[in-house]
Amino acid sequence: MNWTAIRAIYVFEMARFFRTLTQSLISPVLSTSLYFVVFGTAIGSRIETVEDVSYGAFIVPGLIMLSVMTQATSNASFGIYFPKFIGTIYELLSAPVNFLEITLGYVGAAATKALFIGVIIFVTAFFFVDITVQHPFAMIAFLLMTCVSFALLGFIIGIWAGNFEQLQLIPLLVITPLVFLGGSFYSVTMLPPIWQTITMFNPVVYLISGFRWAFFGTADVPVAISLAAIAFFMAACLAAIWWIFRTGWRIRQ
Amino acid sequence: MNAIVSIKNLHKAYDSGFVALRGVDLDIAEGEILALLGPNGAGKTTLISTVCGITVPTSGKITVGGHDTVTDYRAARSLIGLVPQEINLEPFETVENTVSFSRGLFGKKKDPARVAEVLKMLSLDDKAKSKIKELSGGMKRRVLIAKALAHEPRVLFLDEPTAGVDVELRKDMWNVVADLKAHGVTIILTTHYIEEAEAIADRVGIISKGEILLVQNKDEMMAQMGRKELRVDLVEPVETIPDALTKYDLVLAPNGRAVTYTYDTRAERTGIRTVLNDLDAAGLRMADLQTQQSSLEEIFTTLVKEQSA
Repeated sequence: MNWTAIRAIYVFEMARFFRTLTQSLISPVLSTSLYFVVFGTAIGSRIETVEDVSYGAFIVPGLIMLSVMTQATSNASFGIYFPKFIGTIYELLSAPVNFLEITLGYVGAAATKALFIGVIIFVTAFFFVDITVQHPFAMIAFLLMTCVSFALLGFIIGIWAGNFEQLQLIPLLVITPLVFLGGSFYSVTMLPPIWQTITMFNPVVYLISGFRWAFFGTADVPVAISLAAIAFFMAACLAAIWWIFRTGWRIRQ
Repeated sequence: MNAIVSIKNLHKAYDSGFVALRGVDLDIAEGEILALLGPNGAGKTTLISTVCGITVPTSGKITVGGHDTVTDYRAARSLIGLVPQEINLEPFETVENTVSFSRGLFGKKKDPARVAEVLKMLSLDDKAKSKIKELSGGMKRRVLIAKALAHEPRVLFLDEPTAGVDVELRKDMWNVVADLKAHGVTIILTTHYIEEAEAIADRVGIISKGEILLVQNKDEMMAQMGRKELRVDLVEPVETIPDALTKYDLVLAPNGRAVTYTYDTRAERTGIRTVLNDLDAAGLRMADLQTQQSSLEEIFTTLVKEQSA
């Protein structure tokens, strides 16, 4: 294992994040504050409680997940797409590194950035609502696994994308709807029965449900299933990346 | 020859069906500068990319320092530095960081002193903290070379290092290459400028349509190139060359109306003046003069034409 190379990629990618630190931090804090004002205070004042939790607090796990998933995906996809776009990918391909090392470097950095933002939103939430975390270790575990698995997905998108439109396409058309319909702002039990069934096909439901359970101890689906879902998702992404590097798909002719 | 890079029967066909390399055999000696000369689309970049691991060979075998580039790619690639043709650099990074990154990527421990040394060698030491986007085109090319040298490679590939570069910068680049050779680095460069091959290479390889047509010591090639012919048209035809002129090895045209004298342009004395004087003294009246040079370009064109035929 070429740990020096992994570290080099990781540090280089993190430098990009720190170069634009202000916008990296301000934008998630601002958008989260807006969600709290609009959903938590304005709309939430008429909903009061969901599953015995105040609505303002109820949306916190969903909000964190929403940001973490989109940030992990976009950071990782941009991270690997940018070298392709500007041509610096030649260096990665001619370096004595294998697919696992490249993936660890890029995905590790993207997951770290997403984790930073998740933590910042969590801290911001304290300014708006009272929250207690019932299962802190489970919360951290769910957060980490979500960061990593969505960074893996983003990495695949970045390799696949042939232009900037395609880079935006999957996050915009697939991930955002799945996250919004995955119970970020409501409990699945609030939906009509037919929609509850349909919702169960949305993988994001399992992640948000598990994460929310870590906060409040209540979940839409059993926690074990949530864990299995995220593990399966991560394994599927890893398998796809292994195949990509083995065949050289879209990167090595 | 102690070959540091050995290429055997290398074929490369792209998915599109385009065949870029057709059975390339090439041995590159440690410490030499080899110039690969060929027209656009000859397969120069594909050849380099395949050795470096950017493209996968269809068949054939490549070893670098005795390591197979496919089965033992880590050891092989650690020995190689690559300077691509296009200026591919992260615009917002500093020179120092981007060179350090390359070093780390190749598995070498962080070494600011070594990075500083490479930057100094390329006259980039005062630009270490500058962002790449602030540099001129020539400086960016130097950064590419610095990146390729950061992990102390033994073999350096330069893909058209002076394409689209002004004359002064080209000379500058040649000095850098000479300097690297003095440091013991083996250099393979591609070019389509004949004078570039002439100026810096030890050996010249001619590649066209995916085949190596000729690999020759530059001086031998230059000896062929340096020959020039002087043709003298005569007013009156002659049947034989007068005895007084035999020492010049003149060739008489079949119709007896012209003689041709071959000389070396690089010799101290070309002998043109004495030939002309002696022709005059022998009573041969000159009607016209013309000279013709055999150049690398000519050798090149002949070879490429022969290949097409």
